[in-house]
Amino acid sequence: MAIREDVIVIGGGLAGSVAAIEAAETGASVRLVTYKKSTLRHASGLIDVLGYTGDDPIADPFAALGELDDEHPYSITGETAIRDGLARFDEITGEHYQGSHTDANALIPTFGGTVKPTARYPSAAAAGIASDSRPMLIVGFAGMTEYNAEMLADHLDSSGVPFDVTGIECTLPGTYKHDSRVTRFAKRLDINEDVEYNGNTMGSREAVVEEVKPHIGEAERVGFPAFLGDDHTAEVRSDLERLLGVDVFEIPMGPPSYPGIRLSDQLKRAVDEAGVRISDGNPVIDFEADGDELQAVIVDSKGRNVPYHADEFILATGGLVGKGIQSAREAGVTEPVFDCHIPHPEDRYDWFDQEAFGDQPFASFGVRIDDAMRPLDADGNAEFANLRAAGAVIGGADTVAEKSQSGVSLATAVVAGEHAGTNAAKQEVPQ
Amino acid sequence: MSNKPHVLVIGGGSTGCGIARDLAMRGLEVTLVEKGNLTHGTTGRMHGLLHSGGRYAVSDQASAKECIEENRILREIASHCVEMTGGLFVKRPEDTEEYFQKKVDGCKECDIPVEILSAEEARKVEPYLAKDIDKAIKVPDGAVDPFRLCVANAASAEEHGARIETHAPVVDVLTENGEVVGVEVEHETGPGKRVHRQPGTREKIRADYVVNATGAWAGQIGQMAGLEQDIEVRPGKGVMTIMNTRQVDTVINRCKPKGDADIVVPHETTCILGTTDEEVEDPEDYPEEQWEVDMMIDTLSELVPILKEARTIRSFWGVRPLYEPPGTGTSDSTDITRQYFLLDHEERDNITGMTSIVGGKFTTYRLMAEEISDHVCEKFDIDVECETADVPLPGSEDFSVLDDYMDQYGIRSPIGRRSTQRLGSRTDEVLSIDGPNPTVCECEAVTRAEIRDGIEGSGSDLNAVRIRTRASMGNCQGAFCCHRMAAELYDEYDEPIAYDAWDELYQERWKGERHALWGTQLSQAALKYALHSTTMNRDKDSATTDAVVDFSAFDSGTDASPATGSASTAATDGGRTGGD
Repeated sequence: MAIREDVIVIGGGLAGSVAAIEAAETGASVRLVTYKKSTLRHASGLIDVLGYTGDDPIADPFAALGELDDEHPYSITGETAIRDGLARFDEITGEHYQGSHTDANALIPTFGGTVKPTARYPSAAAAGIASDSRPMLIVGFAGMTEYNAEMLADHLDSSGVPFDVTGIECTLPGTYKHDSRVTRFAKRLDINEDVEYNGNTMGSREAVVEEVKPHIGEAERVGFPAFLGDDHTAEVRSDLERLLGVDVFEIPMGPPSYPGIRLSDQLKRAVDEAGVRISDGNPVIDFEADGDELQAVIVDSKGRNVPYHADEFILATGGLVGKGIQSAREAGVTEPVFDCHIPHPEDRYDWFDQEAFGDQPFASFGVRIDDAMRPLDADGNAEFANLRAAGAVIGGADTVAEKSQSGVSLATAVVAGEHAGTNAAKQEVPQ
Repeated sequence: MSNKPHVLVIGGGSTGCGIARDLAMRGLEVTLVEKGNLTHGTTGRMHGLLHSGGRYAVSDQASAKECIEENRILREIASHCVEMTGGLFVKRPEDTEEYFQKKVDGCKECDIPVEILSAEEARKVEPYLAKDIDKAIKVPDGAVDPFRLCVANAASAEEHGARIETHAPVVDVLTENGEVVGVEVEHETGPGKRVHRQPGTREKIRADYVVNATGAWAGQIGQMAGLEQDIEVRPGKGVMTIMNTRQVDTVINRCKPKGDADIVVPHETTCILGTTDEEVEDPEDYPEEQWEVDMMIDTLSELVPILKEARTIRSFWGVRPLYEPPGTGTSDSTDITRQYFLLDHEERDNITGMTSIVGGKFTTYRLMAEEISDHVCEKFDIDVECETADVPLPGSEDFSVLDDYMDQYGIRSPIGRRSTQRLGSRTDEVLSIDGPNPTVCECEAVTRAEIRDGIEGSGSDLNAVRIRTRASMGNCQGAFCCHRMAAELYDEYDEPIAYDAWDELYQERWKGERHALWGTQLSQAALKYALHSTTMNRDKDSATTDAVVDFSAFDSGTDASPATGSASTAATDGGRTGGD
């Protein structure tokens, strides 16, 4: 059976999911083609819009947009697209996220002991907000290596946060293998599995409370590693809050990242609810085009090449991390699906800076786009009339240093999705 | 004061540590000073080959014979540092039959066991060898961990009473009436183990005899001693490129007279490709060039074609401390002998109290140490036998690998096995800790217990912990463990020290990663950058940069008490409880 849609979106991360939903909202039929699990699952779950244009954190990201150069994706999408993207995000995530009440960035404690400016944060992280004067306790566990709670608290204190903060390393109630992973701890809390604690058998949530409670002191909020449950995270947190008598928050962590995984799951549900068809597990390996018009992408379906036809295509395959951008010693930097032009220095020793946190040219690798989000060739013309890009596959800015990747993904996704949906509708021919 | 002669050894590489151990075992009082970490110079920057002697069997038979003898000794005394992989000299069609035969004969003349393999037999040993090879010679090459070996020698020296001072560069060689009487060192963070943020001090260390074992830096010490005649070490740089996995499990040598990029050494979880040989002026300041990395991959893929597509994780450069007696005048540095030389400055420069040891190579470090220790003992009429060829190093004492190890330590077997391999006979002592022992470095399977043991041995210096444990040396290059290693410091050291050490390790890892930034490793580097910058915001850390943060200008939440700018004036009217 031939596969034909109005819009095909390639890539199921934040940008691909939002672009698919946006396109579906225009009434277009949309199919989302994904291959591997999204890198979103490694990410902190914080939605950064613009944190830095220099050394100091930016309080109002919208007021700072004028400082960005013309090549920056935000300069191309414009402020409205960023606001539209955030509005779409707020609609998708609902009560699971906060930050929409203000244009100002929030400063959220990281597991590196810093605070980071971000536009939207999981409700699970909300009580950790740094512009809040309530005393804080950071909890760590001896069986986990990601951070030492006392060291993290000391570093937050060195950052000048306007609250008292202390840290305590606790023991995780229950027995674990030495090499147990965070997923094991999260699962146990998620299902409130019984554990032995001080000679009594009790639910693991209650046991964690027993372990932490003696250290609360003056603290009015307590930060845990982001492992408070998987499917029942709100329930885990509210149980801990009720039993501890203080607010509880999660500190976003690296992979495997529960905030990232939860967001990924929410997006998937929203995509589904928007009526988008999903084809997952198979890579797009090629395409068919007629002149500058894409006709189909070819999906490798367990060794069989299947064409997926559409009027409009959206490339949301990610950047270097998600392998939407690839590189090789001799071939240079490439976009593997459509071979879109990726500007980059010829000499690979010009791809990096000598300092680890210097200005890293590789961080800006990606396609350049026009105002309809179409990737541009080396001459500045659209690669294809009906191909658009969204998310980290777009370059032109170091979104890592700026703390702007999620915002760029959302803004480009809504523009690409809307253009694709509307254009596909125009091409409908009455049968 | 003891009446034992006090010998000061300059240089904490394999030779210096070997000398310190040897002399301390013979009952002398020993102090070793090293400008950086142990292995800071050439020892920490080699390909990890335990020579069979095969490489020198045609051109330098004296070296070849020393190599095979020392190879046999190190397998015994340093079993926890050595992996007997075996080695192949592989002949391609364009390599001459004449040289192949010379290599076989040379090996036999030097008592190096050889076996000639057909192309099919060789590929049975190493399936990834090129299809068009002619044949190969099998020799007893091996892989050795230079860090572990060096640290074990230093530990043994300390057990025998020696004082080891790292991060203590010599700033002056003290002389009185034509006699060297000691050195002045700068303890960068005070005497003892290195701890960040401790103030530096200077110390004049007097000694009855000084041994200059600084390799490529020997000339600089010679100048400080005011020698009339320079010690003309000819430093030759060579690149080594580390692959992400073991494409081969046997040392693969190209069977031709000499050349760049002619060896692949399997090393722990990686392979190391080597190398080039270019004379340089300054052993600490020379260009690290792209063509050298490209040559490793392009040339060695003639022997092992998959290297062309494989992932490299970093490259590093080392400087050989080549030496030839004045007047030899070899124009091509690759032709300079690998022999070592004792330069007694009494005979050579009419300055008593100091001998330099130059040239030589890692595999024969013990022999060099023995010879110079004999030389020093002779000066003091001490007649004690050298025992370093017979007494195993700490970690290589008699022990049998525990099969039920996994149960004993509650670590699943791959991690337990790797730990045991690294720790050898020290396994029990190191891994028996109170509390959980989670894995800190997943790439190299290093647990908290090993990290803490490393910290105990090296202060707050995480690069020193790294070379002791291999933590952060795997595929992710510290992306997932630099911060974890820093967190392990905290118990003993305070937060600013732990962060300094973290930053230093992170930057050190980047130094070598830069040379491998394409393909999967560039993706890996981008992930590392995202984790440390986007997720942890360490690049804009307001505690370690000059960033100014006006907390009151930011979102204070929907129902929290807003900050008023600084902790001292913070409002205290919070007190919200319950869920949100």
